[in-house]
Amino acid sequence: MSTTNVPGVNGIVQNEPLLWEKGKKGRRGMCVPASDVPEVAFPAELQGKGIDFPDLSEVDVVRHYTRLSQWNYGVDTGMYPLGSCTMKYNPKINEKVATTPALAAAHPMLADALMQGNLQIMCELQEYLATITGLPGVSVQPAAGAHGELVGMLIFAAYHKSRNSKRTKILIPDTAHGTNPASAALCGYKPVPIKSGHNGILTVESIAAVMDEETAGIMITNPNTLGLFETNIREIAEIVHAKGGLVYGDGANLNAVMGIINARKCGIDVMHLNLHKTFSTPHGGGGPGAGPVCVTEELTQYLPAPRAEKVGDKYQLDYGGPESVGRVHAFHGNFAVLLRAYSYIRTMGADNLKKASQLAVLNAAYIKEKLKGTLPLAYNRPCMHECVFSDALLQEDKISTLDVAKRLIDCGYHPPTIYFPLVVHGAIMIEPTETECKDDIDQFIEVMKMIVREAKENPELLRQAPQRAKVRRLDETMAARHPCLCG
Amino acid sequence: MKELSEVIFVEELKYTEDHEWVTGSGATLKVGISDYAQDQLGDIVFVELPEVGTVFAKGDQFGNLESVKAVSELYLPVGGEIVAVNDALGDAPELINQDPYGNWIVEIKPSDTSELEQLLTVDAYRQLLRG
Repeated sequence: MSTTNVPGVNGIVQNEPLLWEKGKKGRRGMCVPASDVPEVAFPAELQGKGIDFPDLSEVDVVRHYTRLSQWNYGVDTGMYPLGSCTMKYNPKINEKVATTPALAAAHPMLADALMQGNLQIMCELQEYLATITGLPGVSVQPAAGAHGELVGMLIFAAYHKSRNSKRTKILIPDTAHGTNPASAALCGYKPVPIKSGHNGILTVESIAAVMDEETAGIMITNPNTLGLFETNIREIAEIVHAKGGLVYGDGANLNAVMGIINARKCGIDVMHLNLHKTFSTPHGGGGPGAGPVCVTEELTQYLPAPRAEKVGDKYQLDYGGPESVGRVHAFHGNFAVLLRAYSYIRTMGADNLKKASQLAVLNAAYIKEKLKGTLPLAYNRPCMHECVFSDALLQEDKISTLDVAKRLIDCGYHPPTIYFPLVVHGAIMIEPTETECKDDIDQFIEVMKMIVREAKENPELLRQAPQRAKVRRLDETMAARHPCLCG
Repeated sequence: MKELSEVIFVEELKYTEDHEWVTGSGATLKVGISDYAQDQLGDIVFVELPEVGTVFAKGDQFGNLESVKAVSELYLPVGGEIVAVNDALGDAPELINQDPYGNWIVEIKPSDTSELEQLLTVDAYRQLLRG
């Protein structure tokens, strides 16, 4: 057997019942002195059976939640190479800033004059994001990436409407993020799928062939979901603009190009950023996130309102004009995520943001080079922040991508993204991010190589995996066919 | 996943490059997906069927198959009107995995039966899978 050093070992993983199954009558977390106030009967209309809370001691509750937390795996536990999700480590200083009471406890309905600090942060964050993208108009309201996409499509629609231009379609490459066609469709556009070229990127010809005056524009994810840079983006943007269309840039993969690419100069008109991915908010558990939208000067009037602005030496909210697509989130968006992003940008500084992207790309390229002899690369060309392998070799041993992913759990890793993008058979999509050091990446590479060896020598290890996790392989088919939607 | 030698083919059916099969030659045709297609998709968990009476052109998307891996589009091999859908698939999408040729998905009244001639024979389909 192999001697590869894997980080995952069997630990003490405790079973834990529900609190309701755990309590016992009479247990309590604290003792309060006997009341010296005379008892008075409750008014009849307020009397009832009451809520069935379990009786628990303090240690019952502490152990309950501690045990549940130990079933969890997060980026604070270990490497989390989930492709296209940018699961990088989030420095704790950003948490500290986000929970500072002076910022976090401000009531969202305070008058502008009483929350100058918070408005200043929003205003400066808008400026930083404008600098990073090259797009001067910024709204920090959208709550997530797909929300930003929808806002982008609303801006497309508002722009075309203002020009009395009736457009019904949006071009969406097969390497775009999966939410793009849904966001376009939600806005009433018909998504037109575009096949990427033989080298995994869009060709100028494929866009020229379909772009017409009924098409509102294109949504491009750059780098795309194969981790490849769309090198033809400028020519593509020119074609789209020549027909009166707009170019949407999905900034979900910004972590590869911060401080390196100017979206405006690439021809992008509207772009969302995923602050929770690129700018330090723990994510993956369902939010909250933030998906600010950045636009050209020409489109700024359509942005959601209000936006923070500086007038003289004071900050205030600008409620926009009639062209605005309107409010898309209550109050100031997911403000705590904005605080983390602000703190991250300020603590990193411009040079280090650029360096973070360079290291994110270097780490992915290193994994690609080290593993390309072990697993077949989907496209053997320079990658950006993530690399994508196919299951072509595994199939020979009747091992699936899913088996590899499950075996990684036994070895102490969160699996990478699998079966996406759809253009790669049995895709294994690895995004290490810049926050993994070389030693940890080397260990991951060795474990991947070990698993591919095991696929040949002891395939049952993969088929039966995970064997060391809290739960074994779940019956995904049963869960999808007969979902149990209530407790 | 199956080796090509394990994939089941049915001689008398017509096939498409999108891995659908067609049977019948007269007033109505039945359409399903091939054994290769169901094997590639894996466990099918949801079948989205069109409304009876809808008219599609050849190659139009008429429904979706959702498996544990992904959602795949269904394309109509021959243009026509949907005259029946296999409702049994609503409660038991696994029927397609169990017997892809015994469980049709839609029945259509073809607009132009000459389109049938453009479909693949079993040999041509087998050749397509060999690549």
